[in-house]
Amino acid sequence: MTATTTAAARHEVCAVALAEAFRGDGEILASPIGVLPGIAARLARATFAPDLLMSDGVASLINAAGEVEGWLPYRTVFDVVWSGRRHVVMGASQIDRHGNQNIACIGDPRKPKAQLLGMRGAPGNTINHTTTYWVPSHTRRSFVTRVDVVTGVGYDRAAALGERAARFHEIRRVVTDLAVLDFATPDHAMRLASLHPGVALADVLEKTSFPLVFSEPVPVTRLPSDEELHLLRTVLDPAGRGAKEVAAT
Amino acid sequence: MADKRIKVDDVIAELRSGMTIGLGGWGSRRKPMALIRAILRSPLTDLTVVTYGGPDVGLLCAAGTVKKLVTGFVSLDSIPLDPWYRAARQRGELEVREYDEGMLQWGLYAASLRLPFLPTRAGLGADVMTLCPELRTVRSPYGDANGDHEELVAVPAIELDAAICHLNRADSAGNAQFLGPDLYFDDLYLGAAKRRFISVERVVPTAELLAAGSVHTLRIHRGMVDGVVEAPRGAHFTECPPDYGRDEELQARYAAAAADPAAWNAFYQEYVS
Repeated sequence: MTATTTAAARHEVCAVALAEAFRGDGEILASPIGVLPGIAARLARATFAPDLLMSDGVASLINAAGEVEGWLPYRTVFDVVWSGRRHVVMGASQIDRHGNQNIACIGDPRKPKAQLLGMRGAPGNTINHTTTYWVPSHTRRSFVTRVDVVTGVGYDRAAALGERAARFHEIRRVVTDLAVLDFATPDHAMRLASLHPGVALADVLEKTSFPLVFSEPVPVTRLPSDEELHLLRTVLDPAGRGAKEVAAT
Repeated sequence: MADKRIKVDDVIAELRSGMTIGLGGWGSRRKPMALIRAILRSPLTDLTVVTYGGPDVGLLCAAGTVKKLVTGFVSLDSIPLDPWYRAARQRGELEVREYDEGMLQWGLYAASLRLPFLPTRAGLGADVMTLCPELRTVRSPYGDANGDHEELVAVPAIELDAAICHLNRADSAGNAQFLGPDLYFDDLYLGAAKRRFISVERVVPTAELLAAGSVHTLRIHRGMVDGVVEAPRGAHFTECPPDYGRDEELQARYAAAAADPAAWNAFYQEYVS
């Protein structure tokens, strides 16, 4: 183990916070969408979640050694989604206090101001298996009182479906450039779980359009261990691609 | 065995304005671009297009050929969003069914099995149910241990008048082969359609098919195909591995030209006309 010479940067704290989402998942398909989520899932697999399965984003399963270990065409991905043996990390152009996500469009979906991705797999993902969100720019525009379109199902929508229909629904956490949020409250309203080191509580509250649940003192997101920093800097992201995805530094 | 080899124009002659047409491939991957270009040169219009969309959708939107789109997404892969599809959506002129990706598969599969619907959990609680007002739920006839009957989304069969897919190889009878990493859902488009057309990089003798790939790559057999068009580079500028990768330079030009009428005219003259 080489000693780390510099303190953890914000994107490295985010990587560890995203990796922590996979802790305890076992032998399921980790589907991280985005650069930093991909780095984070591989960090989790390299440390405390060694059994995770991961795709190359085309049609192969790739093991930790970089070897092809299986075939995963899109049809099989859908099968895995509906089987529940998957944990996705998706982005969110908008997210509300119940965890409803929008990646489809901004404005009236019949004539949107900005067409975005569409539904993609968000409805099926969120109702079938664990979901984590990665929002690299925590702002009032992304943390909204009401999303324009519900693509990923939040806790209020899931509750309205009834216990049976919602039994596979779980939003594990929301990681942003400023904080980690979760839904560990009696009514599953979004809670501020931890602030990244150096982030002020007032800053997060100000950049969130709805009231967050929190209790003071708000915990601080854990720092990467020396081993994690070593892996991030020398093995998983030597080119520093993760840093480019994060708004705050 | 019937020789099903036909020309691009023979496919166009079988299509009519107002038809529902399924397009194989995924995003900017193995799209039947030679046949899309032929549709663009034809007077066909008012089409309902069913596909996991890429530049095929964008080009058809640019030409004003699409009345309705049924899709899971429209993306150019290396460029996340297609400018022509965005513009058509933002003008509010397109009737869209933006399904969950898995729902689209299920609709095509239902049609291919001659079932009126297939059930799924995907869509429950999401706005796909309110934005697609024809969608219904169905109650399971089977109770669980507590006697509860689960409510599920009933994805309606998506019946196609015609399907168009691009594969790597076929013989003259229509036995076709994918040599890339993923068939996507090409078999389901062909299964859901009344008239089934494929273009291929190369038509080869039947005996040569297994020289290029294992029997598992022969997922499209001649009972699923009515016409075969030999169209080398027929998926270009989308990717068609292992024959060729995506032409990123041309795709970038396509996307950039959407913002500039003169550049678009030049691109269109070169690529389509």
